[in-house]
Amino acid sequence: MADTVSDPLPPQGGGGRRTALFTPLKPVAPALRTTLGIACFVLFFLGWGIATYGGFVKPLFLASPGDSLKAGWALFTEFGFAEDIGVTVWRVLAGFALAALVAVPLGILMGAFKPVEAFFEAFVSFARYLPASAFIPLLILWAGVGEMQKILVIFIGSVFQLVIMVTVIVSGTRTDLVEAAYTLGAKRDGVVRRVLLPASAPQIFEALRLVLGWAWTYVIVAELVGASRGIGHMIIDAQRFLDTGQMIFGIFVIGVIGLVTDLAFRTLNARLFPWAKGR
Amino acid sequence: MSKLSIRGVEKTFPGRPGSSGATAATRALEPTSLEVADNDFITILGPSGCGKSTLLRIVAGLETPSAGEVRLDGQPVHGPGPDRGMVFQSYTLFPWLSVRDNVCFGLRERGVPRAEQLAVADRFLAQVGLKGFENHYPAQLSGGMQQRTALARALANDPKMLLLDEPFGALDHQTREVMQELLLGIWEQHRKTVMFVTHDIDEAIFMASRVVVMSARPGRIKCDVPIELPHPRSYKVKTTPEFAAYKEQLTEEIRVETIKTLSMEA
Ligand SMILES: Nc1ncnc2c1ncn2[C@@H]1O[C@H](COP(=O)(O)OP(=O)(O)OP(=O)(O)O)[C@@H](O)[C@H]1O
Ligand SMILES: [Mg+2]
Repeated sequence: MADTVSDPLPPQGGGGRRTALFTPLKPVAPALRTTLGIACFVLFFLGWGIATYGGFVKPLFLASPGDSLKAGWALFTEFGFAEDIGVTVWRVLAGFALAALVAVPLGILMGAFKPVEAFFEAFVSFARYLPASAFIPLLILWAGVGEMQKILVIFIGSVFQLVIMVTVIVSGTRTDLVEAAYTLGAKRDGVVRRVLLPASAPQIFEALRLVLGWAWTYVIVAELVGASRGIGHMIIDAQRFLDTGQMIFGIFVIGVIGLVTDLAFRTLNARLFPWAKGR
Repeated sequence: MSKLSIRGVEKTFPGRPGSSGATAATRALEPTSLEVADNDFITILGPSGCGKSTLLRIVAGLETPSAGEVRLDGQPVHGPGPDRGMVFQSYTLFPWLSVRDNVCFGLRERGVPRAEQLAVADRFLAQVGLKGFENHYPAQLSGGMQQRTALARALANDPKMLLLDEPFGALDHQTREVMQELLLGIWEQHRKTVMFVTHDIDEAIFMASRVVVMSARPGRIKCDVPIELPHPRSYKVKTTPEFAAYKEQLTEEIRVETIKTLSMEA
């Protein structure tokens, strides 16, 4: 096999195939990767099933997989859960897009121009530690309990983190590439647009993927207080009726949406930046 | 009048303060003067750490001298510009651009129309033997191919001078020799003024019309040897007695400096 030659060799005298599989940083075949990923889910459901069907946990505390699924079916057919999902997804995307719209350009400016960084850095680092959920009472006072308040919670939770991440990414651009651009006649503007930007784009995209994940936690927190629709509101509603099946199904739906957007981001990243493959 | 004139250029890198990580200031370059004539091919030879890169980077405008000045065509140099094309020791192709777009980069920055960019890029890519690789990304190229692309990228800009900092340093011996012939062929054709940094004595003699030897750190110019081997040169010149004589002379000069460097570190 050709690839065994170039791979880092495991230390000699080990236990054959199994040690070969556990060589640090050595990639696994795609098929094995998928199988292992699914196996973890299977194990998770198995554990859940044994705990509930085996009677180790009372249904009041933890619904079985079957009951949760049934509760989910009822949610969609009787309680218009699809609309709740739509509302929550919209809130996440709106808050996230707003944060990205502010944070990405600001982060690029801070990364590229050190006076801008010096001006904003201390404030952003301070603001980054303010918990978004602590703003909810204030935001209700300012913006009421409407959509704007939910979107602002997500915005506050995401924007400062994102600014810092983008700044670090842009600051880390290889200086030799910048120098090469100057010797080729690029001016400051050209260096920012045609070196710093493309060089950081894949990592900025990766940062957006991470922050979108956090945006989901903020939206649920925002919906637990003063909301009439949304997945978070449904979960709180279900709590009043001690319907663990519905609660679990709601949490599960969030996980599935997260998994799908993550996959979409990764695919898009590989499509947009084929040159960055394997780095 | 000479093309490039380096007058009393010196460089001291400031030290870093701090209780644990403090470093003293480094004197990298003693006051150095050098006149480079139009169409000259100067190779700069010296032991590691003697300030060769520092000198080249000052000429490129990437580093400001602590004292002295550099003039190109009589104009003082302030900062980098497209009139001095540079090929770095490290691989500095833009990873997000195809080979062709890398070569177009400088032309694009200057606002050359796209059709003309492509014509120029393809001409220089053909010259460095990379026809058929125009649409590859740098990560898909070998080290030698990347440096050839970097050379084409610098040449496409039609600079007044070409500055090369050990461009073939990371390549194996055979590839390196072929690259030397390629570069020499291009120089014989375009007659650019070239400054080429190396620590390989054969390479320095083979390419140069003048070899400048630098002393151990802090660097200064120790001797300046005109190389009177006929052009066009092929690799066969390396086995002639004239070549051997130059090699013997320069080996002796360099040896003294290398020993100095080592005893300084000890
Ligand atoms: N940015 C810097 N800050 C501090 N010291 C530096 C800096 N750049 C170079 N030096 C120091 O200046 C001296 C000369 O460095 P330079 O890179 O010019 O050497 P060189 O001759 O190119 O060596 P080599 O052949 O190993 O590339 C070295 O002692 C180095 O440590
Ligand atoms: Mg060097």
